[in-house]
Amino acid sequence: MTTAQSTPTIKISLMGRIMAPIRAVLDNPVLAVPALIVYMIAVTLILLGLNRSDPLFPLKSSLAFPPLVLSPFIVLSAKIDWRFKGLLVLAALFIFLPLIGMYDSSYFELVIQICIFSGLALGLNIVVGFAGLLDLGYVAFFAVGAYLWAMFTSPVDTYFKVNNMLVSANYFYLFIFLGVAVAATGGILLGLPVLRLRGDYLAIVTLGFGEVIRVLAVNFNSPTNFTNGSQGLDGVLRPTVPPFIPDIIMRVDQTLGIPISNANTLAQQMLFYLVAIVIIACIIVIARRLDDSPIGRAWTAIREDEVAAIAMGVPLVRMKLMAFAMGASFAGAIGVLYAAKQSFVSPESFSLNQSIGILAMVIVGGIGGIRGALFGACVVTLLNLQVLKNLSLQINNFKNIDAVMPPWLVAVILAVVGGWILWKLLKALWSFANRWFGNAKQAEQVRVVVWGVLVAAIALLTLQGSGFRFDDWPAQLEPAKYERLVFGILLIMMMIFRPSGLLPEPRRKMEMTAAKAEAEDGAIGGGG
Amino acid sequence: MALLDVRNVTKRFGGLTAVSDVTMSVAEGSISAIIGPNGAGKTTFFNLLTGIYVPDVGSINFGGRSLIGLRPDQVNAAGMSRTFQNIRLFPGMTVVENVMVGMHSRLNVSLVRTITRLGGFNKQEKRVRERASDLLNFVGLSGQGDEICRNLPYGAQRRVEIARAMASDPKLILLDEPTAGMNPNESKDAMELFRKVRDERGVTVVLIEHDMKVVMGISEHITVLNFGQTIAEGTPKEIQSNEKVVEAYLGRHAAGSSRAEGEA
Repeated sequence: MTTAQSTPTIKISLMGRIMAPIRAVLDNPVLAVPALIVYMIAVTLILLGLNRSDPLFPLKSSLAFPPLVLSPFIVLSAKIDWRFKGLLVLAALFIFLPLIGMYDSSYFELVIQICIFSGLALGLNIVVGFAGLLDLGYVAFFAVGAYLWAMFTSPVDTYFKVNNMLVSANYFYLFIFLGVAVAATGGILLGLPVLRLRGDYLAIVTLGFGEVIRVLAVNFNSPTNFTNGSQGLDGVLRPTVPPFIPDIIMRVDQTLGIPISNANTLAQQMLFYLVAIVIIACIIVIARRLDDSPIGRAWTAIREDEVAAIAMGVPLVRMKLMAFAMGASFAGAIGVLYAAKQSFVSPESFSLNQSIGILAMVIVGGIGGIRGALFGACVVTLLNLQVLKNLSLQINNFKNIDAVMPPWLVAVILAVVGGWILWKLLKALWSFANRWFGNAKQAEQVRVVVWGVLVAAIALLTLQGSGFRFDDWPAQLEPAKYERLVFGILLIMMMIFRPSGLLPEPRRKMEMTAAKAEAEDGAIGGGG
Repeated sequence: MALLDVRNVTKRFGGLTAVSDVTMSVAEGSISAIIGPNGAGKTTFFNLLTGIYVPDVGSINFGGRSLIGLRPDQVNAAGMSRTFQNIRLFPGMTVVENVMVGMHSRLNVSLVRTITRLGGFNKQEKRVRERASDLLNFVGLSGQGDEICRNLPYGAQRRVEIARAMASDPKLILLDEPTAGMNPNESKDAMELFRKVRDERGVTVVLIEHDMKVVMGISEHITVLNFGQTIAEGTPKEIQSNEKVVEAYLGRHAAGSSRAEGEA
């Protein structure tokens, strides 16, 4: 017991030691600004220097791109004047990211996806994070927005086409607002029957609602064809690109000499990116204002104690409906954008998996916080669409060039990974062994010696070998097949080691710590 | 004229009659108490008044208006506020936020104003904050507004609950065992506070209490419930000498011997 209590003060985690100097720079008001500028320029230059024909490209790209995408969060965590923060975030969003996007449009695609999921995570965060209403069918509202735009613009022979109700691409911006209104109405319609339900029951009903919307999309193709069923709607119109965007691209091309392969696609992507940024900026402002208002406080009160909230004059029905409607409206707007961007909408995109994925983003980022939801969306989307994919690409690349991992590298990897596992294992074993030694200090020394010998043995034995041939990598273990597995394991680790999320909202963090402390107290009390 | 007028109220849960034909009236500006052994139906009675339960039979009139069929938030808006037997603060919110939530029924809560911050939104927020800190001063918690509620000691949490209940500017406040778990000193301070609520803010007080020192010390009128029925009511003096009350608390035998002692 005494050792367990004293360890935190003596031991500083490895992570903490690495982070300490970085933190020190970020906390220094003089150093932080130039350091951040240098950082962003450096990452951008590294990304610009990458070459797709390099066999190590996937690895390098997935190491260099996330630091750029996440740079706004680093900026926001620095202790500098808010004006500098704003400028640096704007620079990241409007200079560095578009520059990389122009260089390689797959990055642009990725950033737009991140924006779409950020919007969804922010919307779900209102319902789940602020008001504490667990919604497993959130993707339904996203679908409503997407189908709204798709049905009115797709050239497929639907009811709308047959009756000449199709609209031109210029209506796109109007439809974003329409998407908001229609999805909000959907939110209220969902909210009305489920108002009496709480927690698990509410989750099940919303899950059902999500499925109902998806099944409607599948089956609403007869007798009248509205959604074209499971084939989906293709040829959805994209908004016309205003002339200033190609101008900017041309100018950048001329001054910086970045080779641009497909100017039209690029201009289109640039437009989507700008629209997405504007929508998300609006969502952030609205969410912040809601949070800091009587409405936000009423939501928090409902989340913490529904009975007390209503007894204190908070009208539950109205407030819950408001939460559902607000959350849904954000998804509606994003849905319109998504339909236009993909130019294709089908029920498959709105499965339960999507809903769960968005919920995972909110939880990973830190439930209840706006920055947390954004961060979670960035991290999870990057993981899913870039890092895990690139990992399998990288291993395939290694296979193709018949690469061999040198023995020393295998030894280092084994020693680090195996060493860590051994360390934990021995620690657990030693709690039994401790009794035989009686002397804690002596036991500790023996443990360190045993661990050292084992790790050295692993390293020496591996060094004798001929290294690892990537061609020997079993086909069954190809990472592409295990992306979901790796993702799942990461989620589990995350919830064990950082249950309050990556960027926890301070209030929630305290709740989690208090809950943990209570649980531990209970365990100690029970044990004693 | 009575502020609160309850007539023949009955509430059954299946075969159990939790509150049976209770009639009670509370004079404006008074402090009254409801006492009774555990399970006598006191808290159920409060839940009936505040709209958490709907009575099967009977009428509840508050300030000349019927409360039957109103939701708890509407009862709160009508001017009746309460605290809970087991403290039910919003534990993760700060003290001042808790009190601000209590003001909800007095605020103009509009989505458009909240998002645009127009139409006096900021002014209202400022007023709410000022009033909340004024109430915290009133209950003796000045300077602790930014603490997270769960970190406060027990007695202070009770005070926050009273401040939160006062936030909606009620005419009547229902306190459910407000001194439970307090030591004699804390109870004494709490009694001072209840008196202040009435004397300085003009709020009528009804409390459920087990601590007889508190009950006899501050209440002007006492109603005694047992098995859901009113068995006695009157001034503290009358209640103390009421046979039925002694019997309900101590048992028939004790009641008999106490009378014998009295006669001797």
